[in-house]
Amino acid sequence: MDMKRAYYEDIELFKSGVIIFWTISLMIVLFTIPLYASNYYLYLFNLIMVHVIIAVGLNILVGSTGQISLGHAGFFAIGAYATVLLMTKLQVPFFAAIIIAAFISAFFGFILGLPALRLEGPYLTIATLAFGLAIMHIIGHTDIFGGRTGLMAPPLDVGVPKLGWSWILKTDVSKYYLILIFTIIMVLVAINILKTKAGRAFVAIRDSDIAAEVIGINLTIYKTLSFAVSAFYAGIAGGLFAFVLGFFDPVTFNLLLSIYFLVMIVVGGLGSVMGSITGAAFITYLMYALFKNVREVPYLGSFLVTISERWLTITGLDNMSAIALGLVMIGIMLFEPLGIFGAWIRVKKYWKTWPF
Amino acid sequence: MPVGQLLIEGLAMGACYGLFGLAVVIIYKTSEVINFAAGEMAMFSTYIVFHMLTVYNCPFWLAFLMALVFAAILGVLVQYIFLRPAKNPTLLGLIVITLGVEMLLMGLASWKWGAEGQAFYLPVSYKVTYEPISGFIVSEWAMAVFITAAVIMAFLYFFFKHTKLGTAMRATQQNKHAAKIMGIQTDMIFAFAWAFSSVIGVIAAMLLSAKAILDPQFMMEPFLRAFAAAVLGGLMSVPGVLIGGAIMGLLENFFGYAWPAWKPITAFVVIVLVLCVRPSGLFAKHYIKKV
Repeated sequence: MDMKRAYYEDIELFKSGVIIFWTISLMIVLFTIPLYASNYYLYLFNLIMVHVIIAVGLNILVGSTGQISLGHAGFFAIGAYATVLLMTKLQVPFFAAIIIAAFISAFFGFILGLPALRLEGPYLTIATLAFGLAIMHIIGHTDIFGGRTGLMAPPLDVGVPKLGWSWILKTDVSKYYLILIFTIIMVLVAINILKTKAGRAFVAIRDSDIAAEVIGINLTIYKTLSFAVSAFYAGIAGGLFAFVLGFFDPVTFNLLLSIYFLVMIVVGGLGSVMGSITGAAFITYLMYALFKNVREVPYLGSFLVTISERWLTITGLDNMSAIALGLVMIGIMLFEPLGIFGAWIRVKKYWKTWPF
Repeated sequence: MPVGQLLIEGLAMGACYGLFGLAVVIIYKTSEVINFAAGEMAMFSTYIVFHMLTVYNCPFWLAFLMALVFAAILGVLVQYIFLRPAKNPTLLGLIVITLGVEMLLMGLASWKWGAEGQAFYLPVSYKVTYEPISGFIVSEWAMAVFITAAVIMAFLYFFFKHTKLGTAMRATQQNKHAAKIMGIQTDMIFAFAWAFSSVIGVIAAMLLSAKAILDPQFMMEPFLRAFAAAVLGGLMSVPGVLIGGAIMGLLENFFGYAWPAWKPITAFVVIVLVLCVRPSGLFAKHYIKKV
C-alpha cells in the first residue's frame, strides 16, 4: 500500500494533497489556540510541546537506532541548566544560549554514545541510567548549579539585551508562540533527518548492527551521531522547559521523568515522528491534567473517592496517575505493541480496502 | 579510617544487594526478562508485613511467612497476567511492561498506605553491636544478613544442582524449545521462577528496610544498585551476582566514607567504567551474538 516507486516519493515531505490539507488545518488550529484557551490550558500546551520535542529526539535514538536510553532526563537537565546559566551568568542572548546549551547536551550525548558502541541490551540500559543519576547528583551537589534549592529562570528576553534591544516575553501566550515555532522547526528537521543518509543508517543499525557494518555503515560515527542528535533535541526541550516551569531543582529531573519520556514514545509508536507527537500529547495530558485532579473528573472522581474512603486512604488518591500510567504502558505493550501509530496504520489499511 | 567497620558494613550492604540482585538474575536466567518491577514487588510484600504487624498485630514470624506466600502469589500473578500474553516481545517491550508493573504497584501501595514514610522495625537492629575482633564491629543486622545470604546461597546451590525442578530450570534457560520437547512445562517453570525471585526479593527488602524508612519508593534506589550489581556479575551467574553485590557495597561504603556527597553515584560510575572494559559483566561467559 505504501509502496514507493521513486526516490523522490520517499523523500517528499507531504505524500498527498490530503496530508497537506490536514497539516495546514492543524497549523491554523495551533496558531489560533490562544484565542480560545484559558491560561491553564496554554501552560499545558507549552508543556506538551516541550515533551513533543524531547519525544521526537528520543524516538530517533530508541525507535530508529534501537539504542534504549533511560537517561534522557539528564540531557533535559543539561539543556535547562545550561540555558539559564548562560543567560544569567554570561548575559548570552536567549537564542544563542539555547543553541549553545543544546550543543553542550549533544556533546554529552556523544560521550554517552561511546560506551554504547560496546554495550547493548540491559548493559546499555544500566549505563544510560547511571548517566541520568550522575547528572542529577552532580547538579544537586554543585553550588554554581543552584544545588538542591534549584534555579529560577530569568525573564525570557528574546532580544539582545547587551545592545539595548530587548523584547521580554512575559505572558503564556507569547511563550506559547515561541515554543510552537521551535516545535515545528524541530519536528520538520526530525522528519527530514530520517530521510537522509544518516537516517537510513540509523534504521539499518536498529535492524541489525552487524549487517549494517557489513554494508559499509560506520557504526562508531552513526551510533554516536544518533546519541548526539537525540541529546541535542533534549537540550532544546530542556531550555524551553526551564521557561515553562520558571523554577526547577535537581529532583525535577529524576529517573521517573526518563521513564515518562520512554513511555511517551512507546505509547505513541516507535520509529515514527507522528507517533512521538501523539504519544507525548497523550501522556502529558494524562499525567499533568487528567489525573492531577482526579477528584474533579465527573463520575470517576466521586467513585474513586468512595473506594478510597472505604478501603484505602484518601490522601493516596493523588497517586492514581502512577496506576493509570502503569496500566497504559502494560496495555499498549500487550494489545498494540506499535503504539497509537500502529493502531492508526491498521485503521487506515482497513478503510483503504474497506468493502473487501 | 575505621577500615574494619567499613569492610563489614560494606560487605553486609553488598550481601543485601547481591541477594536482591539474585531476584533479578533468576528471572533473567530463565526468561531473559529484566524485571524492573522487582523492587516494587518486594516493596509491596514488605508493606504486607507492615500491615499484618500494625493492623492485625500478628507475631513477626507469622507476618513474615504470610509475606513470603503473598510474594510468591504476586510473582506468579505478574508473570501470568502481564508477561505471558505478550506476543513476541522485544527487549524494550519487556522493559516497558515491567516498568508498567512497577508504576502500578507503586501507585497501589501509595494509594493504600499513603505516600509518607512509616516506621517499620525488624527484630534485628543494626544498633546492637558486638566486637569479636577488635576493630571489627559487627551489628546484629549484619550477622542476620550474612546468615541469610549464606543460607540462601547454599539452598540455591543445592536446588540448581540436585533437584529435578532446578535442573528443569537450567534446561529451560539453555534451550526453551528443547526443554519443551523433553517434557518440561516451560510455562510452569517461568511462573515458578517469578515466584522464586519474588520471595528472594522480599527477604532482601526486609533486610534493607532496617536501614531505610518504609515508603512506596524505598526500594527504588536499592533496586538500581542491585541491578547494577547483577549487571556487573554478568546477569547470568549466581555466584557472580553476589560478588558483584559485594564489590558494589564495598565501593559504595569506602567511597562514601571518603566523599560522602558523592556516595550515591560513585559505584555506578565505576560499574559503567568496568562495563566499558568488559561489556558483558565480569563473570559472563564469552558473549557471542547470533546473527
